[in-house]
Amino acid sequence: MKYELEDALKNEALRDAAVELLFQLGDDDFMIAYRGSEWLGLAPHIEEDVAFSSISQDTMGHAAMFYQLLSDLGAGDPDHLAHARPAAERKNAILLEKVNGPGTYLTEPHYDWAFAVVRNYFYAQAKKVKMESIKNSSYQPLSETAVKINMELYYHLLHWKTWFSQLVSAGGEARTRMETAMEMVFAELEGLFSMGSQSEVFSKHNLIDSEEALRTRWMQMMSPVFESLDLKMPDTFGMESGNGRNGEHTSDLQTALDTIGEVYNSDPAASW
Amino acid sequence: MMRDKIIEALQAVKDPEIDSVSIIELGMLEKLEIEADTILIKLLPTFMGCPALDIIKNNVVKAVSSIDGVEKVDVKFIFHPPWTSDRVTDLGREKLKEFGIAPPPRHIAETGEWQADCPYCGSTYTTMENLFGPTACRSILYCKSCKNPFEAMKPVSTLM
Repeated sequence: MKYELEDALKNEALRDAAVELLFQLGDDDFMIAYRGSEWLGLAPHIEEDVAFSSISQDTMGHAAMFYQLLSDLGAGDPDHLAHARPAAERKNAILLEKVNGPGTYLTEPHYDWAFAVVRNYFYAQAKKVKMESIKNSSYQPLSETAVKINMELYYHLLHWKTWFSQLVSAGGEARTRMETAMEMVFAELEGLFSMGSQSEVFSKHNLIDSEEALRTRWMQMMSPVFESLDLKMPDTFGMESGNGRNGEHTSDLQTALDTIGEVYNSDPAASW
Repeated sequence: MMRDKIIEALQAVKDPEIDSVSIIELGMLEKLEIEADTILIKLLPTFMGCPALDIIKNNVVKAVSSIDGVEKVDVKFIFHPPWTSDRVTDLGREKLKEFGIAPPPRHIAETGEWQADCPYCGSTYTTMENLFGPTACRSILYCKSCKNPFEAMKPVSTLM
């Protein structure tokens, strides 16, 4: 069964489920794109600066698509959804809101490149798994969006996989730092697959595959890479700081929202 | 005929970041609906994060509104079907080259790798410098024959 926008507007249960899923997807992209943008001018070399900013720009574009789909379903203005919702209403995984490292963009940014590579690689693969699933979503506008996003994601995944493989296989300090970063990311990775209290509702409406199916698929895609680099995949992933899908967040999110929304919130009616 | 006039007007709307190539040549026009009081133009965005989309939209409205008999112009970006790089027309491919940009490669290896010939000297002796270029849709390459850096439009397909 396929549903168009008109069907979702008439079916309240379906509409609410689609809205919830779209917030999870949109907020995830919004946060990681913002964290990526903070790296501008700080990446290891100039080519990476060009690449990473381009990836962040694409990803922010994907967040904008999800917020537009939300707006179509009556959830409000896309700019408002992006900039003006309080932290407690955000549905992004906590992994994505964590700061890039010590310091801030303006003062002594001692950001952690290993963490950036691991977080972005694992995220890109998880997003790929979700988009492949959503291509078959019952909500037609969402499945069309997934097809579009998937084509751009291809390049993001290729990029982060290259960095990941090269740094891990370099050995020495690079490998040690990558392993430390992996520990940090695995400790929160479950939050990326979690759908909060909504998993059954999403499945009931055939919006996306189950958490378990997505996690298994992710591990299948990652296993060859891990094996080739002699890395061990943990049996289970953590969610140590809480579940962002239920509105639980760290103070890192509030600081990020204050910064990114500063201009918009100074005059929400202005046209930029 | 109104349709011809509109196509002619759209032919004058260029990509703001590649100003030799029109949005028609890039394959961005998906649908043109002419109704009594409104012209509805449906365009396919190339890359979603492209900041030129709003500029293109405004330029389309401006160009089509200037045609005699047109009262209202509505421009919509749609995602289905998705834009793919094989939508760039043959003329568009030639014009990209003139601008110093290699047209999107038509062949992608199973590994996902691709190569582009130098738009200046035509050599295939080129290397990839950065998959990501100055805009979302372009990569940076280097020609080892004529020693020029150049850009290529990224191949994008639903098979990826």
